[in-house]
Amino acid sequence: MKRYSVFAIAREALRHHTGWEKAWASPAPRASYDVVIVGAGGHGLATAYYLGKNFGITNVAVIEKGWLGGGNTGRNTTIIRSNYLQDPSAALYEKARSLYETLSQELNYNIMFSPRGLLMLAQTHHEVRGYLRTVHANMLQGVTTEYIGPQRVKELVPIINIDGPRYPVLGALYQARGGTARHDAVAWGYARACSAMGMHIIQQCEVKGVRSEGGQVTGVETTKGFIGCKKLGIVVAGHSGQVAEMAGFRLPVEAVALQALVSEPIKPCMDVVVMANTVHGYMSQSDKGEMVIGGGTDGFNNYTQRGSFHHIEETLRALVETFPMISRLKMLRQWGGIVDMTGDRSPILSKTPLGNCFINCGWGTGGFKAIPGSGWAMAELMAKGEPGPLAAEFGMERFREGRFIDESVAAGVAH
Amino acid sequence: MTTRLASGGRLIDRSTAHEFTFNGKRMGGFAGDTLAAALLANDQMLVGRSFKYHRPRGVVAAGPEEPNALVNLGAGARLEPNQRATTTELFEGLEAGSQNHWPSLDFDIGILNNYAAKLLPAGFYYKTFIHPRAFWKHVFEPIVRQSAGLGKAPKDRDADRYEQAYAFADVLVVGGGIAGLQAALVAGQSGARVMLLEQTAHWGGRAPVDGVTVDGQSADEWVKNAVQALERMENVTLRLRCCGAGVYDHGYVLADERVADHTPGDGRPKHRLWRIRAGRIITATGAIERPLSFAGNDIPGVMLAAAVRDYVVNFAISPGDRTVVVTNNDDAYRTAIALHQAGLVVPVIVDARAQANGALPMQARALGIRVETGKAIAKVKGGKRVTGVALCAQAGEGAVLEEVACEAVAMSGGWSPVVHLWSHCGGKLTWDAANAHFRPDATRPPTTDDGSAMVIAAGAANGALLAGDCLADGHAAGLAAVGQAGAAAPEAIAADESPMAPVWIMPQGAAPALKAKMWLDYQNDVKVSDVQLAAREGYESVEHTKRYTTLGMATDQGKLSNINGLAVLAGALNTDIPQVGTTTFRPPYTPVTLGALAGEARGEIFQPLRKTPMHGWHEAQGAYFEPVGLWRRPYCFARAGESHAQAVEREVTNTRNALGLLDASTLGKIVVKGPDAGKFLDMLYTGVMSNLAVGKCRYGLMCSESGFLMDDGVVARIDANTFLVHTTTGGADRIHAHMEDWLQCEWWDWQVYTANVTEQYAQVAVVGPNARKLLEKLGGMDVSKDALPFMTWADGTLGGFRARVYRISFSGELSYEVAIPASEGLAFWQTCVAAGAEFGVMPYGTEALHVLRAEKGFIMIGDETDGTVIPQDLNLGWAISKKKADYLGKRGQERAFLASPDRWTLVGLETLDGSVIPDGAYAVTEGTNANGQRNTEGRVTSTYYSPTLKRGIAMGLVRHGASRMGETVEFPKVGGGSVKAKIVDQVFYDKDGARQNV
Ligand SMILES: Cc1cc2nc3c(=O)[nH]c(=O)nc-3n(C[C@H](O)[C@H](O)[C@H](O)COP(=O)(O)OP(=O)(O)OC[C@H]3O[C@@H](n4cnc5c(N)ncnc54)[C@H](O)[C@@H]3O)c2cc1C
Repeated sequence: MKRYSVFAIAREALRHHTGWEKAWASPAPRASYDVVIVGAGGHGLATAYYLGKNFGITNVAVIEKGWLGGGNTGRNTTIIRSNYLQDPSAALYEKARSLYETLSQELNYNIMFSPRGLLMLAQTHHEVRGYLRTVHANMLQGVTTEYIGPQRVKELVPIINIDGPRYPVLGALYQARGGTARHDAVAWGYARACSAMGMHIIQQCEVKGVRSEGGQVTGVETTKGFIGCKKLGIVVAGHSGQVAEMAGFRLPVEAVALQALVSEPIKPCMDVVVMANTVHGYMSQSDKGEMVIGGGTDGFNNYTQRGSFHHIEETLRALVETFPMISRLKMLRQWGGIVDMTGDRSPILSKTPLGNCFINCGWGTGGFKAIPGSGWAMAELMAKGEPGPLAAEFGMERFREGRFIDESVAAGVAH
Repeated sequence: MTTRLASGGRLIDRSTAHEFTFNGKRMGGFAGDTLAAALLANDQMLVGRSFKYHRPRGVVAAGPEEPNALVNLGAGARLEPNQRATTTELFEGLEAGSQNHWPSLDFDIGILNNYAAKLLPAGFYYKTFIHPRAFWKHVFEPIVRQSAGLGKAPKDRDADRYEQAYAFADVLVVGGGIAGLQAALVAGQSGARVMLLEQTAHWGGRAPVDGVTVDGQSADEWVKNAVQALERMENVTLRLRCCGAGVYDHGYVLADERVADHTPGDGRPKHRLWRIRAGRIITATGAIERPLSFAGNDIPGVMLAAAVRDYVVNFAISPGDRTVVVTNNDDAYRTAIALHQAGLVVPVIVDARAQANGALPMQARALGIRVETGKAIAKVKGGKRVTGVALCAQAGEGAVLEEVACEAVAMSGGWSPVVHLWSHCGGKLTWDAANAHFRPDATRPPTTDDGSAMVIAAGAANGALLAGDCLADGHAAGLAAVGQAGAAAPEAIAADESPMAPVWIMPQGAAPALKAKMWLDYQNDVKVSDVQLAAREGYESVEHTKRYTTLGMATDQGKLSNINGLAVLAGALNTDIPQVGTTTFRPPYTPVTLGALAGEARGEIFQPLRKTPMHGWHEAQGAYFEPVGLWRRPYCFARAGESHAQAVEREVTNTRNALGLLDASTLGKIVVKGPDAGKFLDMLYTGVMSNLAVGKCRYGLMCSESGFLMDDGVVARIDANTFLVHTTTGGADRIHAHMEDWLQCEWWDWQVYTANVTEQYAQVAVVGPNARKLLEKLGGMDVSKDALPFMTWADGTLGGFRARVYRISFSGELSYEVAIPASEGLAFWQTCVAAGAEFGVMPYGTEALHVLRAEKGFIMIGDETDGTVIPQDLNLGWAISKKKADYLGKRGQERAFLASPDRWTLVGLETLDGSVIPDGAYAVTEGTNANGQRNTEGRVTSTYYSPTLKRGIAMGLVRHGASRMGETVEFPKVGGGSVKAKIVDQVFYDKDGARQNV
């Protein structure tokens, strides 16, 4: 892998950039691999990367039915935070956040992690108490957050309306090193690093079936033929239920559409990420200048990657009320992704009823921020066959035991 | 220079002049001008700067596909960034400013990026700014951010309002060109409800500009007649300035009507957002001309050929004395002819095709215009304005054959149908090799619930580019939409066209240096070389290329660049365009103002406000409100000079010692009625309700299926078949929906009916030792201990008001909750206030309510519960029936983790120093867990200063709580230090309930 740097660019400029090599190879699949990962989203690619980096397992294929990063990894609103309430979540998301801090350097690919600060507004007394609770929990979990008053909110976000007549801003939960990153770059950076370790990323290849023998997985049927493996990782987000069915088990997961939109780009006007859960909307400004906006999920299950338009309207009502100046900006693009929701709004990192088959799913509306930590924990689970401390609580047996890791306690929708 | 011609201009009204300003400079135009036309009339070709390299940008197009002419429009509370000058109608006093430059449009420092362009190819930022780590956030990112973005961010709250409207149509026709008009006529004649939308201020689309004859009339004449015919039909609605923005499932269409953009401040809403439900949708949205990729194709003065024609014919604009036309098709010859007819010079038509012998080229030649076939533009000369072109052979590498001086270049790379609305909801496309474009594949349309085509594409939007085909196609679409076969279409006649040639790059063998000067996306500065670089680096999927280069992601949403980009990508990958495929078309078709999407919901009416009958009284008393769901409830009634905390203390003390009034009208009240009502409530609640005697009340708990406590409240039995269920304020709608969910989906055969009657009653809690005295003074019914004991209710009158009185208490005091018909609620409340004066009556708010209940150890849904707590955790096992076979949540509660003896359970907490434990604090134990987090053994759930006990009191969930009475636990505080508290009984005040049972 040729390193990227400003010098490399200067060198290439002299020959009209004709000397750049491919960021990742597109090889034909081999007959079998030690590990096959289904799904080249951020989580799948990060799993592969840490299998190689932390455990030296590089005979790995990541199989993707479309183009890598084209699922929710390339559709989300890129919020990164770790101010979660429950211990297991805080540990996992903070691991991810801290890995993001150095990911550009580690991958030699600028993923533009921007710890610009993140605010979750408290607009009811109930919310105030909830965030005070989170601050206490975070303090004991080693996650740096603070509760700030409305004046401080206004200083951090000059465009905000803190004394709207209906839901005045009473305060906010502030994570100074929360922020955003460039979503595509995360997928591309991991893909490039995986490819450099000799792993195969096989795009335009859909897994259609899972083969097993004596309760142990032996490989996958794909649109490019059978591919054998010793271990299988299913990391397909919104399509987890379908692939799990191929492997012969069911999941406590539902698929719903979550939507987002961006405005036309304008000059910088907001430096932080703001989430307003009472009124249901959140917004940040991308480096390109677009206001990146998201809201809630549809109330019904589907796979169309389109949501109901009234959700967009609801979200914009909330945000125009919170940030009156955006009223004259225009919606440039609107889209949806299918998110995999568990009953407790926490992910599943788990062994499965099928031997040597593992699953990573249930990240729902908020898994972009978790990509490095999830890959790290999933790689450990797959390499050792047992979860390490980060994944320990996230097994899917928890639903049978009632041992929920309920994050809806802290926020209606988690992004 | 660009100027206004002395005569002509079918859309302008020379008798009405408008003055406007651009970058502060005063300019003049006419009614009917677009801002772009007016700018050109004033020789303002340079209108902005590009996004990345800050290159000079001029007007390219004449419609919504314009990527360059974006301005800051208006000022202050009417400032609107990124407004397209090509679709902005001129009005008197318009203020516009160009964007994305510093210090000025003519001299922009950002142009330095342009000189460094070689160092800034597609995706350069992924490869740089990596070290040192802190630099991205603190140095690089701020620079990138500052130089990106386009228009200025508005500062003020929007001065305009926006309206939203619904419409229903059997047939919705989007696009008012000849195809759309004909489709609407045909559908309208069938009697169907038809709605026809046109995004511009004029009917007719391209045909009148292109000199088409329809039915023996000029296009203008035919359009006028068609519109009149449509206006006469009562079943047809016509809307101008209304853009079909998005198509969604089940025929749902979003349209944005620009009501008052051109008459700002006239009191009308700025926009009206239409949500249309249509049986069939006909998209007659026309086609968009493609640019050609040659070096310097972005220099101001290079425009689309049809746009040049629009400016000449519609607005009488001369793009310059000499305009070179460059094309790969016949249509662009119309521009040359139009220019010639306007008395302007076309030095040469450069046609990339080997020959051009169709009717239009022959006509051009006959007019004496020089036509060069097999030729290309090697390079456009000029900086901020075109000064000439260098010609070369299309087949070669760009060796210059000759230079031609000119002031403008009119280019045409062929036409692409506007397929956006067809595609939004899943319509598929097919590649039309003859016209080198994607058009709707009629065999794979988006479908309605019965599987039939929801969208029908018509006219140029369907790939029928020639006027004759276009009109016939619109006719057929109209008939198809109403399911009829019908009369023949009128005939449209225009000059015949010979085939175009799919030329994407000029010249074909251009060297890398030239390709780095060929712009695909003018706004985002994506060049042919960038797309080739993306392909070289493995970003081969069209979505990867788009994201890596930002091709098509600008505010024109790739209307000009997408197909050209695809063609270049296909070339780089050595494959066919259809093989590469398209990116997804996402709504909206053109950007929609956020204010229009938010509509009227702002400020006070941002959400519906629910008011109790006494709301106005509370306001008049200066109550401090808190939002609870859509209600606003008084938090406290602070008096002059009193802090909220002091007010709460006074309210609590007065209620304990004299008499308090609480507006409890927001509490949920749901009538559950029917022969199976008791059986139903037995399933809903953990306790038994079916055996409740008429006239009695019982406290009950509702759990989710998973077993977690979700709501509580008092149930009253009204008669054998009727119960009244009280829920929490926030829970009313949710619980009602929950009931209906079970009744409609699972127990649909049970005879139970529910009605949410929350707003039918005002409810007043009369609380405190003097409560009975007040009610007795009002008189009318027996409220004595014997006649109305604790946990019973009775109907009667109080002071002449019809009343239902519940003897229940959430404060531990003697207490009555009086339900009054809502219409009489305020009068009753005022009567209580007046009559209660002698008993020391005072209203109290929600915070006093919380403190009163906490002193008594009563749980509060949302404080003691958070969706993870089961009744057993809260020592509420007594409210769970052991006899019942089942209730919602029972199985859930039997799961190992919920049945575990190690769960955190509810206790009282008494701080050792009398202070108040901070909200949300956790109790810690020694050590850390496997993830290095501090071990915890409990948390506080409610914590208050108790005015009654004059100390901090709290409730909390603590591991093995019940068996640890008297032990001390420690709560670390944010910012250091900790509070120690003793585990005590959760009831702090009046443990045996002597005060309420009097
Ligand atoms: C609108 C929206 C906004 C969001 N905002 C945020 C946010 O602000 N912050 C945040 O942290 N998270 C956010 N999320 C959530 C986040 O995007 C996801 O949790 C995360 O990206 C999931 O990553 P993944 O790798 O698991 O899934 P994906 O990126 O979806 O990858 C799964 C991959 O599996 C592939 N696949 C599926 N089936 C098969 C098969 N049979 N064979 C082969 N391949 C298959 C898919 O094509 C896909 O590429 C948002 C999500 C959406 C939709």
